[in-house]
Amino acid sequence: MKTIIDNYIRKEMFPNIWCPGCGNGIVLGAIIRAIDELKWDKNEIVAVSGIGCSSRITGYVDFCTMNTTHGRALPFATGIKMAKPDLKVIVVMGDGDCSAIGGNHFIHAARRNIDLTAIIINNMIYGMTGGQYSPLTPTGKFGSTAPYGNIDQTFDLAELATAAGASYVARGTVYNARQSSSLIKKALDKKGFSVVEIISDCPISYGKMNKMKSPVDMLKWIKDITVSKKVWEALSEEEKEGKLVTGEFVNIDRMDYSEKYKGIIKKAQEMGGNKQ
Amino acid sequence: MKQKKLFEVYQNNSVKISVRREWCKSCGICIEFCPKDVLVPDDQGKPIPENIDACIKCGLCELRCPDFAITVGGVEEKDE
Repeated sequence: MKTIIDNYIRKEMFPNIWCPGCGNGIVLGAIIRAIDELKWDKNEIVAVSGIGCSSRITGYVDFCTMNTTHGRALPFATGIKMAKPDLKVIVVMGDGDCSAIGGNHFIHAARRNIDLTAIIINNMIYGMTGGQYSPLTPTGKFGSTAPYGNIDQTFDLAELATAAGASYVARGTVYNARQSSSLIKKALDKKGFSVVEIISDCPISYGKMNKMKSPVDMLKWIKDITVSKKVWEALSEEEKEGKLVTGEFVNIDRMDYSEKYKGIIKKAQEMGGNKQ
Repeated sequence: MKQKKLFEVYQNNSVKISVRREWCKSCGICIEFCPKDVLVPDDQGKPIPENIDACIKCGLCELRCPDFAITVGGVEEKDE
């Protein structure tokens, strides 16, 4: 039986390298289903990733793909977009890749409003390197570098992206795979910098250290800690503690960087290279 | 008991469930979160649609499968 997924993957690379129950595969499925609904041509899509488990996604999809250095997926993607603004550029990052090593790139890509779609797979830990805590590990949770519990405050990526000026900001989970897929679809279709954070599971590195050994336990936990926007608004401040809100937060129209850049090229040509 | 193959298709009058056993990693997500308890694990923990008649084709198993190992479709769909 042939599925939609089969049309977009490099089948010879399967079964994938991820651990059993890893959310990366669920997010990959959501991305592919979103692209299929948009009926985009595979040759017009560029998928860019950095380093980490989630960044293996670019190896599995049959688009133009690029696997770059740690945290630098957004600068590479910016380069592609500037050189060929007609290409549709998708950036897939993990939580450490995006918020720690590539944190600066992330806020500045949002500030410039470059027409990219950033999909952040947030499994709340550095899974590939053995479970070190990341800027998105919840306070009090355990990691191999936080054996007595993490004391750091976490980033709220959605609020960070909103404050930095992204055109589209949303959050989904791997438990609600269908909702995630529709959020990704809207983000892909949006002109300007769009961010979708997907709360994912890492049963091996995160689950093992936080008493959730199976992928099923982790998905149930994700279901418990996430609430929809509607429910969130009715919660008291105490009830909001430790919960994550999902849904669409920002959807605005702002001129994207490529358009502005085209404008400045035109202006320079009209002035014949004379400044002022 | 059906004989195990790498790619197994189960079907009744209206539903067709394919399990790509080679790609399945026995994570158990499809089995646990099936709203109609259609799937049961075999000795390797891979899903077998024992109660296929209860399937409502919601496709949640397919959406949540990290390994693209399970597919739900109608029997009217043509194989390619």
